[in-house]
Amino acid sequence: MDVKHVEGKDKGKIMLYAISTCVWCKKVKKLLGSLNVDYYYIDVDLLQGEERVEVEEEVMKWNPLCSFPTLVMNDKESVNGYDEEEIRSKIQNG
Amino acid sequence: MDEMNILQEKVDKLYKRLDEEAESSGYHLNPDEEFTIELVEGLLVNEKRYGYWACPCRLASTIKEKDLDIICPCDYRDPDLSEYDTCYCGLYVSSAVVNGEKKVNKIPERRPTKTEREKLEKKSENITAGITKLSKPVWRCKVCGYLCARDAPPEVCPICKAKKERFEKFL
Repeated sequence: MDVKHVEGKDKGKIMLYAISTCVWCKKVKKLLGSLNVDYYYIDVDLLQGEERVEVEEEVMKWNPLCSFPTLVMNDKESVNGYDEEEIRSKIQNG
Repeated sequence: MDEMNILQEKVDKLYKRLDEEAESSGYHLNPDEEFTIELVEGLLVNEKRYGYWACPCRLASTIKEKDLDIICPCDYRDPDLSEYDTCYCGLYVSSAVVNGEKKVNKIPERRPTKTEREKLEKKSENITAGITKLSKPVWRCKVCGYLCARDAPPEVCPICKAKKERFEKFL
């Protein structure tokens, strides 16, 4: 599976499910970059077949609408959509 | 000319076209040009990838028939403009946003889930059966609500420019 890793400060396990053409997903990537945190991301639209289905199911566990960006923190909670304040506060507390 | 320049030219051309079409029918593109251009680029990427303008901010199934509702302009644009002053991805905005009275923020996804969509499809098949007394069928544009009574829907919606396949038999 094509999981990308962006290195930075360890703030727990941060996993971003994104779409490569989505402007709001790009905003999350930029925000995480500017906060210099360590995170992983998958551009779900670039996956195919089984892999795509598998990841879609995973996203739906956190966000039943399967919308993007879905940002999962520490396998515990998620922020769905680009909500700068919420992402900032969750990362600080994480 | 290298590939990047060609893409840039295509993006600019489409951006201008969409802007003109929007303004001529009472819609507005997002005035944040950098943001909007990125979305237009996404549309072109999806055109190349899937053969249709899937919303750049939604996960396309890659099967056109299943994604008709999210082909830009999507079926959800107008209700989202009314309720939130922006469409889901932010390509189209209300005049309040253009005038600087409102800001574009993330909005909830209006598109039903895959399971709900499958249920709705079955339901609408049942409803349209049974109305037969009209001299012509009435077609409704699922994007903007335009109605017309004729044998078949028009090639392109005269109001919002959505293509023929976006029409449903209304009556």
